[in-house]
Amino acid sequence: MTRSIPRGRTVGAALLAAALAATAVACSAESPSTEAGGTYTVWDPYPQFTEDSDWVGLLKDCGTSAGVTVERTGYDTTDLTNKALLAAQQGNSPDVLIIDNPVISTLAEAGVLTTTAETNLDVSTMEPNLLGAGQSEGKTYGVPIGANTLALYYNKDLLADAGVDVATVTDWPSLTAALVKVKAAGKKGITFSAIGTEEGSFQFLPWFWGAGAELTALDAPPAVAALTLWTDWLAAGHAPNSVINNTQTTSWQEFASGEYAFSENGTWQLANAAKLDFEYGIIPIPARAGGTAPAPTGGEFISIPVQPDTGRYATSQQLVTCLTSGDNLLTTDTTLSYIAPVAAVQEQQVAANAALKVWVDAVKAAKGRTGDDLGTRYPRISEPLWTAVQSALSGAQTPQEALSAAQRTAASATS
Amino acid sequence: MGIDVTRTPRSATVREAAPAVPTAPSARRRRPGGARWAAWAFLAPVVVYLIAFYAYPLYRNVELSLREYTVRSFVQGGAPFAGLDNYRAVLAAPTFPQALLNTLVFTVTSLVCQFAVGLLLALFFHRHFPLSRTLRALFLVPWLLPLIVSASTWSWLLNSEASVVNAGLALVGADPVNWLTSPRWSLVSVIIANIWIGIPFNLVVLYSGLQAIPRQLHEAAELDGAGGWQRFRWITWPLLRPVSAITLLLGLVYTLKVFDLIWIMTRGGPTDSSTTLATWSYRLGFGNLLPEFGSGAAVGNLLILLAVAAGGCYIGFEHRRRLS
Repeated sequence: MTRSIPRGRTVGAALLAAALAATAVACSAESPSTEAGGTYTVWDPYPQFTEDSDWVGLLKDCGTSAGVTVERTGYDTTDLTNKALLAAQQGNSPDVLIIDNPVISTLAEAGVLTTTAETNLDVSTMEPNLLGAGQSEGKTYGVPIGANTLALYYNKDLLADAGVDVATVTDWPSLTAALVKVKAAGKKGITFSAIGTEEGSFQFLPWFWGAGAELTALDAPPAVAALTLWTDWLAAGHAPNSVINNTQTTSWQEFASGEYAFSENGTWQLANAAKLDFEYGIIPIPARAGGTAPAPTGGEFISIPVQPDTGRYATSQQLVTCLTSGDNLLTTDTTLSYIAPVAAVQEQQVAANAALKVWVDAVKAAKGRTGDDLGTRYPRISEPLWTAVQSALSGAQTPQEALSAAQRTAASATS
Repeated sequence: MGIDVTRTPRSATVREAAPAVPTAPSARRRRPGGARWAAWAFLAPVVVYLIAFYAYPLYRNVELSLREYTVRSFVQGGAPFAGLDNYRAVLAAPTFPQALLNTLVFTVTSLVCQFAVGLLLALFFHRHFPLSRTLRALFLVPWLLPLIVSASTWSWLLNSEASVVNAGLALVGADPVNWLTSPRWSLVSVIIANIWIGIPFNLVVLYSGLQAIPRQLHEAAELDGAGGWQRFRWITWPLLRPVSAITLLLGLVYTLKVFDLIWIMTRGGPTDSSTTLATWSYRLGFGNLLPEFGSGAAVGNLLILLAVAAGGCYIGFEHRRRLS
C-alpha cells in the first residue's frame, strides 16, 4: 500500500517529463528553420492589434508574397526593448523587429541590428529628418515605418467663448496672451506631460528646440528660456500643477474634460479626439519667435536583427521592403494612424484626409532625438533634462539652477 | 530569512525520534542505501527549484553588479570585471543618501502606523459584536485589490487638480496641497497609501494571534481585579510578542521592496523626493532608454543586504527570547 504511492508518483513524474519534453519539441519547432519557405518571426510594439486586424493581415500577406509564413508577436513598447536585448543575448532575435525610434541607437550600440547596407534595404526615398533617428556614425540601422509627433490640440468652443482667435497664436508671447484671456474667462489654459520619464523629455523638447537650444548645452540661455516659459505658466496658473505627474494619457484626459484650452499631444490621440464632446482644432507648436517648433519624432523603425544564419536576410529584406514601399506604406501608416516617412505618400495621405495637413507639416519640421549624431548619448542627456524640468516645475530649483545641474550631470555621463 | 526551527528544543527531539520509524528492520535490510537515494530523489525537485529560481538569479544579480555592463557587453558578453566600482559609484551618487533616507522613513513610518492601526483594529474585532465579521471582511478589501488599482485610485484621490482630498480640504477652508507633485508632500503621499494597503495584513495576523491567547488568562486576571489596560499590558502584549515580531519582520521585508505603488503614484519624483532604493534600482536598470544593469543590480543587492540584516536581528531576538 505504502509502496504504491511512490510508484504512482513516478508515473506522474514520467508524464510530467514527457509533457515538458513535448513542450520543448513544440518550442524548437517554432524556431526558425533555414529551408526555403519556413517561418519568419516579426515582433512589433502594437499589442492593441489582434490577429484579425488589418495590420496583421498586411504582415501575413507580405509573408505570402515572399513565400514564407510570418509569425508575429505584439509587445508593450517599454517591454520590447528589454525583450529584444534579452533575445539577442540568447541568440534568438526575431527576423524582423519593429521598434520605437530612440531605441535604435541603443540596439545598434549593442550590436543587435544589421545595417541597411548589409541587408540591401533601400532608404533613399525616406525623409532625412525621420531617417536621422536610425543613423549613427554614417550607418543606417532600419527603415522608418511611419512617424508621429506633437502638436497643440485646442478646444474651439472654449477659445471662442474666451475671445481668442487661434490664428493669432504664432509664437510664445501670443500663446501666453491667449492663455491669459482663457484664464480671465474662468477656464484653464494648457495641459501637457512633464512626468519624470522619457515622456517628459519628449514633451519638453518642442519648446526646448523651439527656443533654439541644443541638447549638448542644457544650461544655455535658450534652454533656460524654454523652462522658464513652462515654470511661469505653472506659477501663473495657466498650466495645472498636475502636469508634473501627467503622462500623455492623463494630460489628454484633462483636455477631454473640456476645461482646458490647449493640450500638447500627438497623432495617436486622433481617434480619441473624434470622441470629444466639443469641437477641436490642431495647430503646430509655435517656436519662441514664430514659425513651427521642431518637435521630436515619434514612431517606429523596422529593422533586421543580426542572425547567426545570414541566409535569412534576403527574405527578411523582402518582408521589410513589402511593408515600406508604395501602396503598402500607405496602408501601413493608415492602419497605424501614422504620417508616412516618404513625401509622395504624405501627399496621398493629405489628399485622402485634409485634416492630416497640420501633422504632415509638424512631421516635416520634426527631428529625431538621437539624431545630430547623439546616438546613445541622448538617453544620458534626456534623464538629467527631465529631472531638471521636474525640479523647476515643482519649485525645488530655479530653471537656471536646475538646468546647470542637468548640464553637469549630462556632461559627466557623456564624456 | 527563515526562522530556524531546527534550533528549538522541541523539533530537536522530533529529529532524534524521526529515524526510529524507517529503521523498521525489514525496510532497512531489503534495500541498503535505497532509502538514501529515494530521499535524494524526493529532495531533488525542491533543490532544482531553489537553485533555478533563487540561487541562480541571486548569483546573476551579484555577478551583474560586479561587472561593468554596457548594452553591448550585455548582449555580446565579455563585460570586464569591475570589482566594487558599481557599488562605489552608487554610494557616491547624489541620489543615494536621499534614496536611503527615503527608504528608511518610508519603511519605519509605514511599519509603525500599519502595526499600530492593525493592532487597534484586531483588539476591536476581538470583542465579537454583531456584524464584526462583515466589517472585518471589508477591512480586507485593500489587500485583495491589485496594486495597480489601489495605486491609481490613490493618484486620483491625491491629484493636484480637482481631487477628492483637495476638495475636502477646501470644504474646511484649507489651501489645496500638491500631494504628488511637490517635493515636500510626495513621500508623505506614498507613505499614506502604503499604510492603507498594509493595515489588512497586520489586522489578520494580529487577530489570529489574539485568538490563540487562552480566554482563561483574561478571566483569571479579571477576577484578580485587573482593568482593561492592565490586562492588555500584562497578558495580551507579552503573549502576542512572537506574533508581533513575525508580523513586523514580514512587514519590513514587504515594505523595503515596495516599488509598484511608488512608481505608479510618483515615479519616485519630483526630483528623487520619493525615490527609494527599490525605485532607484528599477530606474537604473529599466527606466532609461540606455539601461545601466550593473548599477541597478548593485542597488538591488544593497536592498537585499538591508533585508537580510533585518532578518538577522529577528533571529537574534528570537534566540534571546527562547533563552530567557
